Amino acid sequence: MMIEGVDIEKRRFLTKTATVVGAVGAGFLAVPFLSSMRPSAKAEAMGAPVEVDIAKLEPGQRVVVLWRGKPVWVVRRTTEALASLAALDNEVADPNSDQSQQPQSSKNEARAIKAEYFVAVGVCTHLGCSPVYRPEVAPADLGVDWKGGFFCPCHGSKFDFAGRVYKGVPAPVNLDIPPHYYISDTRIMIGLDGEKA
Amino acid sequence: MNSGKTVGGAVREWIDERLPVSKFLEDQLLKYYAPKNFNFLYFFGSLAVLVLINQIVTGIVLAMHYKPAAELAFDSVEYIMRDVSWGWLLRYLHSTGASLFFIVIYIHMFRALFYGSFKKPRELLWLFGMVIFVLLMGEAFMGYLLPWGQMSYWGAQVIISLFGAIPVIGEDLAVWIRGDYVIADATLNRFFALHVVALPLAILGLVVFHLAALRTTGSNNPDGIEIKKNRNLVGIPKDGIPFHPYYTVKDLYVAGIFLIIFSYIVFYSPEMGGLFLEHPNFDPADPMKTPEHIQPVWYFTPFYSILRAIPSKLGGVIGMGASIVVLFLLPWLDRCPVKSVRYRGPLFKIALTGFVISFLALGVLGTKPVTDLNTLLARIFSGVYFAFFVLMPIFSSIEITKPVPDRVTEPVIPLSKREGFQWRMIEEGLSALQHAPAYLYIKSILAKVSGKVSGSN
Repeated sequence: MMIEGVDIEKRRFLTKTATVVGAVGAGFLAVPFLSSMRPSAKAEAMGAPVEVDIAKLEPGQRVVVLWRGKPVWVVRRTTEALASLAALDNEVADPNSDQSQQPQSSKNEARAIKAEYFVAVGVCTHLGCSPVYRPEVAPADLGVDWKGGFFCPCHGSKFDFAGRVYKGVPAPVNLDIPPHYYISDTRIMIGLDGEKA
Repeated sequence: MNSGKTVGGAVREWIDERLPVSKFLEDQLLKYYAPKNFNFLYFFGSLAVLVLINQIVTGIVLAMHYKPAAELAFDSVEYIMRDVSWGWLLRYLHSTGASLFFIVIYIHMFRALFYGSFKKPRELLWLFGMVIFVLLMGEAFMGYLLPWGQMSYWGAQVIISLFGAIPVIGEDLAVWIRGDYVIADATLNRFFALHVVALPLAILGLVVFHLAALRTTGSNNPDGIEIKKNRNLVGIPKDGIPFHPYYTVKDLYVAGIFLIIFSYIVFYSPEMGGLFLEHPNFDPADPMKTPEHIQPVWYFTPFYSILRAIPSKLGGVIGMGASIVVLFLLPWLDRCPVKSVRYRGPLFKIALTGFVISFLALGVLGTKPVTDLNTLLARIFSGVYFAFFVLMPIFSSIEITKPVPDRVTEPVIPLSKREGFQWRMIEEGLSALQHAPAYLYIKSILAKVSGKVSGSN
């Protein structure tokens, strides 16, 4: 359409295409700004593995180490604690740990390489609080059905001695098990799989 | 000055020819007509501006002494408290201001609900206000991380983890927000940048839009009548009075009362028993140990209660998000043409009462630990909260309203003119009180004292 010697159609087409090209350019320009907020190379390099000495750990005790800024627990489980696991299969949401994150070597009922030592990331899978270690059976505040395990004080999620989440609590999946392997009988390396080392 | 003008007048003229400052002030203050029946609920808008100025001024000075690094942050706040001249005062003004900001804003929002100020033609005014509210929540949340105490750390951990519940992109989004795999130095540093630069700028910009939209439609009032519909011969609303000097003076008076309360809290109860500054936040952040009982600061607890009430991670996040999103939809959920609660039917009054009670109850429950009873109560009140919005299109279209007058009435309706047995009961009670011996005794003492005072003059 021509008005006073000006092709309006052509002018509109050029305006629209210029706008689109400009928007694409702005989109590309946004990349460095948004990307700069991702974890820096330094933050990514901080994931160094941590060595834990478990020689002095008595049955029922727990040590906590910091790995990638998160607490990692090593619990030496008592035989009673291990015995309680099978009985809870019907009360936990994912008894076989099909949904949760763990290395293949820990995908078993005890969720551990050696059943006696339970290694887990102590971060609730709900909203990231660190659950409390409550090994006692049937304390007043957790009720008579409590067989011992981990309780998240923030929103009331419950986990058994293998970090398996109970049904009907806010946390969706079992606690994460970090990659780890035994350097010797009394030393565990957290953060690396045995095969990769 | 040969033309007989004063120096001041000449300077003013010189400026006005280049930038019409005088005309702007005249239009906004002298020629802006506000309804003459504003009551005390109408002070909270200007009080919010007052608190905003307090936050900006104290914030600038605090930023001169604060260090946004994980290793230094906690100590630098203690340094402000102990070693910086008047640092304790500036910090308490800032922390108390944050809590009072929310009290003022919540009352301001309730006023809009009460008198229908969110309705046509003020929908956009309400939406700008809601965006300011959401930004303010972000501003407060990020500010709370800065002291790097236990509650700062774990509160941020929980809230950022909420984003992790979003399907597919959630976990990556949470990492992107944190800038690390856990709350760390990177998180603190960016929250500082957002808290002191990005969000205050955005809030100030939106306040300008909020006020511009208000000047376009004009203020609503306790009768919910458009005063612009009744103009005198020169086009001035018959029920309007110039904003200046009438409401500037009134607002200044109320600002004085507000500052007395503010000062009392700052000087005598800056922690407010752990509500304004939570006790675990006096311990430095420890990523190894979650405090026994964590909770957000009181102004987030109603929404936090809704999150906790839903026994599913994604469901809880959706519920909490929805509890804020529904507020945005309010102008379109309410189908009743009558604005003010004064002329609305009993259905709306019951629903609004239920909503306010559930909001307050959720707020209290959010500060309590998780027990079976508290969870049940939180579920019931969450249900009432959402029912208010979901049922609103129904009850607001069938409610029987009273006739709305053409002209505005009193700012506060006198007790004798109110209908309903509860007002009669209050009236009876008050008159009984006026004849009580204790009341007469106090009155006689007061009369003696005032007699002595006037006698000595």
